[in-house]
Amino acid sequence: MSPSHSAAPVRPPAARLDVENLSLQFGGVKALDGIDLHVEPGSITALIGPNGAGKTSAFNAISGFYRPKTGTVKLDGVDITQVPARDRAKLGLARTFQNIALFRGMTVLDNIKLGRHAHLTSGVFGAFLYWGKTRREEMELRAEIERDVIDFLELDHIRNVPVAILPYGLQKKVELARALAMRPRILMLDEPVAGMNREETEDMARAILDVRDEWGVTVLLVEHDMGMVMDISDHVCVLNFGRRIAAGSPTEVRNNPDVIKAYLGGSGDPRKAALDGAAMGEVA
Amino acid sequence: MRVGTAKESYAADEGLFKTDTQKVWFGLLLAGLVLFPLNGSNYWMFLAVLVMINVISTTGLNILTGYTGQVSLGHAAFMAVGAYTVAFFDGRFDTPVLLNLVLAGAVAAGIGYLVGLPSLRIKGLYLAIATLAAAVILGFVFLNWTPVTGGLRGLNVPTATIAGIELATPDRLYWLVMPITVIMVLAAKNLFRSRVGRAFIAIRDRDISAEIIGISLLKYKLMSFAISSFYAGVAGGLWAYLFRVVTPESFPALASIFFLAAVIVGGAGTIVGGIFGAVFMTLIPEFLKLSATALVPWFPDASIYLAPVRNIIFGLLIIGFLIFEPMGLAEMWRRTRRYFALWPFRT
Repeated sequence: MSPSHSAAPVRPPAARLDVENLSLQFGGVKALDGIDLHVEPGSITALIGPNGAGKTSAFNAISGFYRPKTGTVKLDGVDITQVPARDRAKLGLARTFQNIALFRGMTVLDNIKLGRHAHLTSGVFGAFLYWGKTRREEMELRAEIERDVIDFLELDHIRNVPVAILPYGLQKKVELARALAMRPRILMLDEPVAGMNREETEDMARAILDVRDEWGVTVLLVEHDMGMVMDISDHVCVLNFGRRIAAGSPTEVRNNPDVIKAYLGGSGDPRKAALDGAAMGEVA
Repeated sequence: MRVGTAKESYAADEGLFKTDTQKVWFGLLLAGLVLFPLNGSNYWMFLAVLVMINVISTTGLNILTGYTGQVSLGHAAFMAVGAYTVAFFDGRFDTPVLLNLVLAGAVAAGIGYLVGLPSLRIKGLYLAIATLAAAVILGFVFLNWTPVTGGLRGLNVPTATIAGIELATPDRLYWLVMPITVIMVLAAKNLFRSRVGRAFIAIRDRDISAEIIGISLLKYKLMSFAISSFYAGVAGGLWAYLFRVVTPESFPALASIFFLAAVIVGGAGTIVGGIFGAVFMTLIPEFLKLSATALVPWFPDASIYLAPVRNIIFGLLIIGFLIFEPMGLAEMWRRTRRYFALWPFRT
């Protein structure tokens, strides 16, 4: 890992994520049934599927909130299935939540600073005195966040605003900022543009592409906005009823009869597929 | 909007005091604290010392309840632990005052740490009841561990003596309590400018996100319990030096409610709120008592009739605050400051 406080922006290498045969069960309900997911380093991979397909369950299992029944989660080939959620932050796994999970009582700046928590070392006695190492660490953190995150995502006009009073689109962006402050090697975004208007969606899509290009981070996202998914993803994985029904490039997935059937409930007739492919963006 | 606050360095922007006005006011506050003893009244000095002890304790509870979101109904019991620790060590071994106070904080912090253990599994009201139960257990220990606590009779506390000077009266004790209060309040303020304090607030606001960014909930909840109890322990130790006797009756469960009320009335989750809350809760009853006495020339029986009314007025004041300013006195303070930020121009 690169030194924590170098002058140049820190760009940790993108990570590879491999999920194999992941199953998750709540009582008698199989939320996930042996799904495989391979996320190439530096790619933008989308996980899609109708409501209740198990996308968020998969996210929660990958980030360590749920203990899977079977299967493994590997980060760069290292099995992290048993690693508790809080220790995955240090490994470079960052995520956002479908229903924004910011710290509402704090300012934008403090929320972003919290993203770096696991990388800081000052303890409670340093905190009381706010002197020496603690002070230095806080100053470096501030400078780094300003340069790498706040400037990058253009949040400078709201840095001292409490997040609770921000509009929805900006809150989503602050959550992305907090995840970026974690210095992620893989960034998991749970519905980053849900409920956004066209302009906000494009803004967020731009930000995600920039993050991938400039930070060199692997991105895994769950999203219902098919237009955006098809536009920015390199690879798409489709879930339905806890099973993976398709995976491939956006074009392959768009023309896959099983996918069309899952979304439209149609016959899955390949002849219809070509017609419906374009319509999918509108329907889903 | 506040203007004229542009900074040229991050260090200035992250400072404890962000404007010159704040620095001046803090200087005036310190000057006021130094000059206060000139009033020469033993009564006021006693009240001042009591207020400061309550400020320390309320700040401690504010760290746990206001900032970390863990409701505790056992705070007074940790004060009692501190008071007994001071009484035990000073009475038995004649150890130095400052060491006793540190020990009081440390022992309370240790017990607070243990009491915090259930907080990983239970939250909210359930945790409040668990802390209440812990306080009851501690009360039982104070009453029955006679060799150490003196049982029902309690312990007498020797006069605090520093460098041969006996701090027997409140006006002398003031010079011990005041600096400790200032230091501990500033330390609490610093805590929330740093990583540890931010983690506390994160746990209060959204524990699931806190975990995902790598905050160990158990570690920081226990740390919050320990720090909060440390403050209570030191406050209890100073209390012991002020009242010079500690019994199982010194810190009833009602005292825990008193501190919780102080946190809420003052403004949970702000340092200045803890100060306001403690001052309000300590002084308003005294103020009401004085008002009753002031009426005596006109109504000779005022104090007799008004004594029961006093508690009612006090209770109504608290309810009034909760209704009209749920964010506490700190929010009123903030609004006042904002109003005067550009004074005499209106914003």
